Amino acid sequence: MHEVAHAPAWVMLAYLAAGICFILALRGLSSPESSRKGNRFGMFGMVLAVGTTLFYYRPVTGIGGADFMANLDGPLFGEILVAIAIGAVIGVVTARRIAMTAMPQLVAAFHSLVGLAAVCVGAAAYLNPAAFGIAEASGLIHPGSRVEMGLGVAIGAITFSGSVIAFLKLNGNMSGKPIMLPMRHFINLGTLAAILILIGYFVSDESPWVFFTVVGLSFAIGFLLIIPIGGADMPVVVSMLNSYSGWAAAAMGFTLQNSAMIITGALVGSSGAILSYIMCRAMNRNFISVIAGGFGGGDAAAGGAAAASDRPWKRGSAEDAAFLMKQAELVIIVPGYGMAVAQAQHAVREMADQLKHEGVTVKYAIHPVAGRMPGHMNVLLAEANVPYDEVFELEDINAEFARADVAFVIGANDVTNPAAKTDKSSPIYGMPVLDVEKAKTVLFVKRSMGGVGYAGVDNDLFYRDNTMMLLGDAKKMAEEIVKSMG
Amino acid sequence: MDFITILSIFVLACFVGYFVVWSVTPALHTPLMSVTNAISSVIVVGALIAAAAAGSTGSKWLGLAAVVMASINIFGGFAVTARMLAMYKKKERR
Repeated sequence: MHEVAHAPAWVMLAYLAAGICFILALRGLSSPESSRKGNRFGMFGMVLAVGTTLFYYRPVTGIGGADFMANLDGPLFGEILVAIAIGAVIGVVTARRIAMTAMPQLVAAFHSLVGLAAVCVGAAAYLNPAAFGIAEASGLIHPGSRVEMGLGVAIGAITFSGSVIAFLKLNGNMSGKPIMLPMRHFINLGTLAAILILIGYFVSDESPWVFFTVVGLSFAIGFLLIIPIGGADMPVVVSMLNSYSGWAAAAMGFTLQNSAMIITGALVGSSGAILSYIMCRAMNRNFISVIAGGFGGGDAAAGGAAAASDRPWKRGSAEDAAFLMKQAELVIIVPGYGMAVAQAQHAVREMADQLKHEGVTVKYAIHPVAGRMPGHMNVLLAEANVPYDEVFELEDINAEFARADVAFVIGANDVTNPAAKTDKSSPIYGMPVLDVEKAKTVLFVKRSMGGVGYAGVDNDLFYRDNTMMLLGDAKKMAEEIVKSMG
Repeated sequence: MDFITILSIFVLACFVGYFVVWSVTPALHTPLMSVTNAISSVIVVGALIAAAAAGSTGSKWLGLAAVVMASINIFGGFAVTARMLAMYKKKERR
């Protein structure tokens, strides 16, 4: 088994405590009240992990640290503090400035950093195994550690290049359309096989070319895996990369025998995997088909638009909407990403405030894929000062549409399409949808009758007797309704 | 620690992760992602060891680069999570 240098017990215990703090950080997110405390647990855990490491490796010759620390001097310690400070400034400034609509891009960017950091740590461990206590007496790296190291840098590199592509797609620097290479499945599987074979070979030969070919191929496969995936599937991709960043940290934890890294890696890995599963279920897509790519190209849009014009539909005005909602007892607002694009959240919240003032009960219904990443819409509403106890998830509110007088759909489309329940030929058949058509009246805010949702299908809801289309910009429409209510 | 001990920690932590993450309310899935992002940067521990170790200049610089990247993530991740969580308010407190 591994013959590696042991850290003293107090260091191991401190890392374990840090791991437990991270578990408590996630546990805190079970409700908004406990979440802030949870986040502080997370910060405390990180301070503990970093503090322990810095203290153990502090520049005191001969005391406390292991023998390989003997050469560490003061200036080097200063360099580390400067590196942390640089990261802190960039991190905090970004976190303060970022718009909540841009959260998916930010998260993708952060994932890429975890991935690249994992690659750097892996490469550092490869170049200087003695410092990590994974060298044998001969100076070669322990064979078991080589496998862990290989897997760690491979997953890290995939996370990095995959997240960079996800970032570019989400940020609009790159088209959301899938880029389909010929024979891509063959190329991808071949590259993956090559990576695994090389990691196996790495055990018997630790030459640099093996290590760096693994890194290079992994960068390439991360890129190849994400380019064919369409914009509509990005929530799954971001969750999946979240998972990968965790597994990369866990693999590095195995190499360094560090319990904080292993526990955290396992937590983050499971978290991302569960979120990907939830997103796939919400879109009625299976994980394999998302990874295989090609969905969400928007080619079907033209066909859907042509069909739209021939059927009769009712148009309403802001005044009609204001009147209907003021008379209602229960109004359920169904926001979609279109609302956030139009920056209409605040106007919608004002509208809701007016209604509450008139004695109307207002609730918000959120579909899991209403935003661009899991839970995104909840954050956008929270930012607009919508109290979280008025916001409900699909399963919790779907039964209430039958009781609602008005369902106010703004910026959402596919997630309200009744065809998902009835039309077996529809591409979105089987996707869980909000039962808005059961409300007495459906008010559907939409820019024009032409466009279709992400899935490129027409929505039957537009032509129902109880639907009134409110055509116009979401923000302007909401503001006009507020005015008409006054 | 031998490999089996480490593997045991890992497997048990996966189970803990599975149950803890399912208990997270869907309303907080975005903060969940940003906080997991921050904590996965515990990889900074490895970066610090590399940066602090003597013996290889290449290893030291890779370590320092990784420290910068992981620190961006740690500070950015926790700060943006705190910023989001501060927005989740109840009706009464408005």
